[in-house]
Amino acid sequence: MSGFAVEVDSLAKYFGNVVAIENVSFKIKSGSITALLGGNGAGKTTTISILMGLLTPSKGTVYILGENMVEDRYRILPDINFSSPYVDLPHRLTVKENLKVYAELYSIISPNERIRELAERFDIEPLLEQKTGQLSAGQKTRVALAKALINNPKLLFLDEPTASLDPDTADWVRTYLQQYAADKNATILLASHHMGEVERLCDTVLMMRDGGIVDRGSPKELLKKYGRTNLEDVFLDIARNRVEQVSFDE
Amino acid sequence: MNKSIETYRFSSRRIFGMVRRHFYLLRGSLPRILEMAYWPTVQMVIWGFVTQFFMGHSSWVANAAGVLIGAVLLWDLLFRSQIGFSMCFLEEMWSRNLGHLFVSPLRPYELIISMMLISFLRGVVGLLPSWVLAFVFFEFSIFSYGVGIVAFFSCLFIMGWGLGMAVVALVLRFGLGAESLAWVAIFAFAPISAVYYPVATLPDWLQIVAWCTPSAYVFEGMRSVMIDGIFRQDLLIGAIFVNCIYLCFGALIFAWSFFGARKTGKLLQMGE
Repeated sequence: MSGFAVEVDSLAKYFGNVVAIENVSFKIKSGSITALLGGNGAGKTTTISILMGLLTPSKGTVYILGENMVEDRYRILPDINFSSPYVDLPHRLTVKENLKVYAELYSIISPNERIRELAERFDIEPLLEQKTGQLSAGQKTRVALAKALINNPKLLFLDEPTASLDPDTADWVRTYLQQYAADKNATILLASHHMGEVERLCDTVLMMRDGGIVDRGSPKELLKKYGRTNLEDVFLDIARNRVEQVSFDE
Repeated sequence: MNKSIETYRFSSRRIFGMVRRHFYLLRGSLPRILEMAYWPTVQMVIWGFVTQFFMGHSSWVANAAGVLIGAVLLWDLLFRSQIGFSMCFLEEMWSRNLGHLFVSPLRPYELIISMMLISFLRGVVGLLPSWVLAFVFFEFSIFSYGVGIVAFFSCLFIMGWGLGMAVVALVLRFGLGAESLAWVAIFAFAPISAVYYPVATLPDWLQIVAWCTPSAYVFEGMRSVMIDGIFRQDLLIGAIFVNCIYLCFGALIFAWSFFGARKTGKLLQMGE
């Protein structure tokens, strides 16, 4: 493998005459944590959907873990997973039933042991027999993370990973994700509107606007480049187009 | 496009996982189980009494006792097979679970196989009470007509799956607005399936259409077994042949819809 978990080149997606994303190119190093940031309609969801194979691109190439996502997604899917507060797990199944089903879908060798391990790690043991639909938003987020990690993914896509979590649990989850990436050399691509989280977790930030990547760099580099003290201001500068596009190296 | 063999690699565990998901759903919902058994049972009771009435008033029914109940039970089997298949997919859409499923290694064809298995289980659960009641109240057992009837059963299940795939494809293509198709699509086949009357009753031009449905062969075959005591292999072969076409057509339209949904992003968007 090239040392990159994700290699995207000249990616474009059109819905009829609407340009969702165009000329998107980036690479994500294996074992790193990268944030994809941008306002609503910037193209984050489209980009991530293509990377996960849920959406086919109109143009461009996507290599995930060294394999072509468009042509050979089934070689990749066992090694990736995702969590999003906007894509539910079946509400009428208990937490344990949902995790068992996904353990089967990912052909986990010892499903019960893995579920026990995740339940302990995410403190969802008392929730295992509860219907997923009856959980609070924060509990659902923890269950969704447990599901996302059930196959020990090499590449993890996270949409708002700490949405609805109290500050203490959110902090714990961030620490866990950092450890997970470091221990397993796993790559994480996350979309978040929590700039503090991005500053703390991410090695690289990709900023999107109007379907393209308009800037990238480490949080520190971006702060320096825009002369700001926090990423939220950088985000606003870019989202509101308050600065000229800054040139950057590929 | 050069796809590796991995694309087509089969996993019984993934299929079992999906069957398990729907088993959990049914196990946890008594109303769902009651709903499955309710209509076939009501239908069977009504047609059981109709048969009893006609037996004293019609020599044809008197000579072919059970042909109406048999028709009802088999028609319900077809309906349950199609609705059971379609409902599996609708459940995934209602629970907004398609995104999770299609990011997992589950192949579309494995999903289809699992939906066939679940539809079979749902069919058996739904129809078993009516079969038992038909025997208890009207001394009618469809199985007393031999294994030939079982072969015809299977053909109806398979036809239901073919239609189910087409219905699911349309729901995937047009969204949950097309959901009602799952409930009504099968009834378009009722007049030409010759459920309660021979195909010969239909006008000539409609008979040609009828012979394009596997169900017409099955119901003709059922009547042949029940009235004449003859198992018509030619009708079974006809049903199998037309079923193959239905399955291929269903699979093709599902594939078209699925790949279309990947182009339009519907796999993530769909839900209640």
